[in-house]
Amino acid sequence: MAGLAAAFGSGAMTNSIGEFEGADLFFVIGSNTTAQHPLIGARIINAVEGGATLIVADPREIPLVSYASLFLRQNIGTDVAVMNGMMNVIINEVLYDETFVATRTEGFEQLKETVAKYTPQVVEKISGIRAADLEEAARRYAGADKAMLVYAMGITQHATGTDNVKTCANLAMLTGHLGRAGTGVNPLRGQNNVQGACDMGGLPNVYSGYQRVNDDAVKDKFSKAWGVQGLDDQVGLTITDMMTAARTGDLKALYVMGENPILSDPDGSQVELALSNLEFLVVQDIFLSETAALADVVLPAACYAEKEGTYTNTERRVQISHCAVKPPGEAKVDWEIICRVATAAGYSMNYDSSWEILKEINTVTPSYGGITKERLEKGDGLQWPCPNSDHPGTAFLHKDRFTKGLGTFLPCEFKPVAEPPDEEYDFMLTTGRIYCQFHTGTMTRRTNMLEREAPRPTFEINPEDAKRLGIRDAEMAEIQSRRGAIRLRAEVTSRVPKKVVFTTFHFHEAPVNILTNPVHDPVSKIPEFKGCAVKIRRIA
Amino acid sequence: MSRTRSICPFCGCGCSFYILTEGDRVIGVEPSAGNPVNKGMLCAKGWNAFDFVNSPDRLVKPLIRKQGTLVETSWDEAITTVATRLSDIGSRSGPRSLGFLSSAKVTNEENYLFMKMARAAFKTNSVDHCARL
Ligand code: SF4
Repeated sequence: MAGLAAAFGSGAMTNSIGEFEGADLFFVIGSNTTAQHPLIGARIINAVEGGATLIVADPREIPLVSYASLFLRQNIGTDVAVMNGMMNVIINEVLYDETFVATRTEGFEQLKETVAKYTPQVVEKISGIRAADLEEAARRYAGADKAMLVYAMGITQHATGTDNVKTCANLAMLTGHLGRAGTGVNPLRGQNNVQGACDMGGLPNVYSGYQRVNDDAVKDKFSKAWGVQGLDDQVGLTITDMMTAARTGDLKALYVMGENPILSDPDGSQVELALSNLEFLVVQDIFLSETAALADVVLPAACYAEKEGTYTNTERRVQISHCAVKPPGEAKVDWEIICRVATAAGYSMNYDSSWEILKEINTVTPSYGGITKERLEKGDGLQWPCPNSDHPGTAFLHKDRFTKGLGTFLPCEFKPVAEPPDEEYDFMLTTGRIYCQFHTGTMTRRTNMLEREAPRPTFEINPEDAKRLGIRDAEMAEIQSRRGAIRLRAEVTSRVPKKVVFTTFHFHEAPVNILTNPVHDPVSKIPEFKGCAVKIRRIA
Repeated sequence: MSRTRSICPFCGCGCSFYILTEGDRVIGVEPSAGNPVNKGMLCAKGWNAFDFVNSPDRLVKPLIRKQGTLVETSWDEAITTVATRLSDIGSRSGPRSLGFLSSAKVTNEENYLFMKMARAAFKTNSVDHCARL
């Protein structure tokens, strides 16, 4: 979320799920909302049925498209060009919010200069979207009173992900669709506690509450609070850097809690190599995942139903969860395991409950200062920032000023995907989530009902391409990239455009991440999941 | 049957529900009506968010690799091994040789404690999570 933080000073969803009902227009780009966030998808559909306008931009004809008044089917990886084109129209036709731009933002002149060359005709050549459709999308988004921009991993999982996000922020600032209910830039988070993992400092550059590790005052504060000397004041390694360092032998030990990077990382076979090269690997999880199977020590953990604590959803809402049953066998709650490891390593950690940890979080994390167990117990959660116990929480961010003061336009140029199709590898592979399976499937694959509904890995291919290659619906085919090959069944459908194939990364029988391109965004280090070149062949 | 207030573990919407239990067994979930996030609704994933809890594949004992294979062990041996190996590697090759991957599936408190362990006990900022993915 580095792009949003640079533009506004905060990287989270600016507005709230409850506000979807009051918006006049939704611009949904790179989010298959009904599959990835079903109940947010349902909110959008409700709002549209109540009269709101929906514009969808996606390379695939996702289910939301049938509710949209305008469908922009951009070529994969051309989002920056598409939104620059919309801004080109908005500026030329003076449809932007002049007061908002003048009083709340900086950098407008640079933006104007950058987007000047992205005329609808130029963008049509890059993105495949008709100039007239782009113009209409621009006019409608700018003309709406309250417009919500919604995006998900279709925007972030590109080598240009940070640029994509900055461009979303530019578009919303230009039109003044920020700082009011029913507007905003709204990234939808994938896993249930992604927001919380970031908020709590599960990142190499910040402690909890986005307090920077290389700021001396912050380091002193945490040294005192934790009673420890010699805290690291250099930014640490990201997951992508860790995998590289493991391959070169610079990283020697890795402790993985509740993740399965072999399946979730873009270049699965390389990750497996990297992990096998470690001297020592610890995995703490509820199942023996592919990653756990490589470990030197596996620590059995409790799942959500077996512990107490809080989670933060995509709209910054912290909610409470209680313990319903005991963990199976000797499995233990994650925080207890962490306390034991830290204590055995010579740094004593003693807490009698999750709530005692939450109290410590309140004291060292300003945005969580007023989020206490007592308040969560009584209500429906609290949205941060919530600095003290009288604060009601914050439904939408950036009301009268941005977190960092003025919002900054950060214009970006369009950069083509890192690995475009060529003569040999003539298809673009894109990956995503289907409705019934969740991330790498460690939980959902063990849920009988869900396994029955979507039992086998398939890939989507356009009818014309399928015909040319002699592949019929439900037949096996091979997808090969420069890094590896997988075999799976074809689903022949016009949901995908020509020369594009789509599949998911849920299934261990066909781990698609063996194929994908590990080239990553230089700032966010998010790998390019959304496009790589492949060839397709029928298996006779 | 008892009801316990909880949150769906399957996506970032954070729908609120009650876990229904019969003795030691989770038998279902029931959406909470008043919650502003899901207003008494759940999607198919949410309605089925209890099945995996009872899965026979759950890990129930710590495992340790001996002569190439993972075998069951005691918590004491597992914890001591983890703490000693990480400390040894850290003091031999420096804190930069250690990495920690936190989780977008566990609680805020556990995420906080995990990064505190990486930073305070093992003196490294190399802590990240898979949400980039
Ligand atoms: S019920 Fe469905 S929409 Fe709600 S949190 Fe669970 S998976 Fe997400």
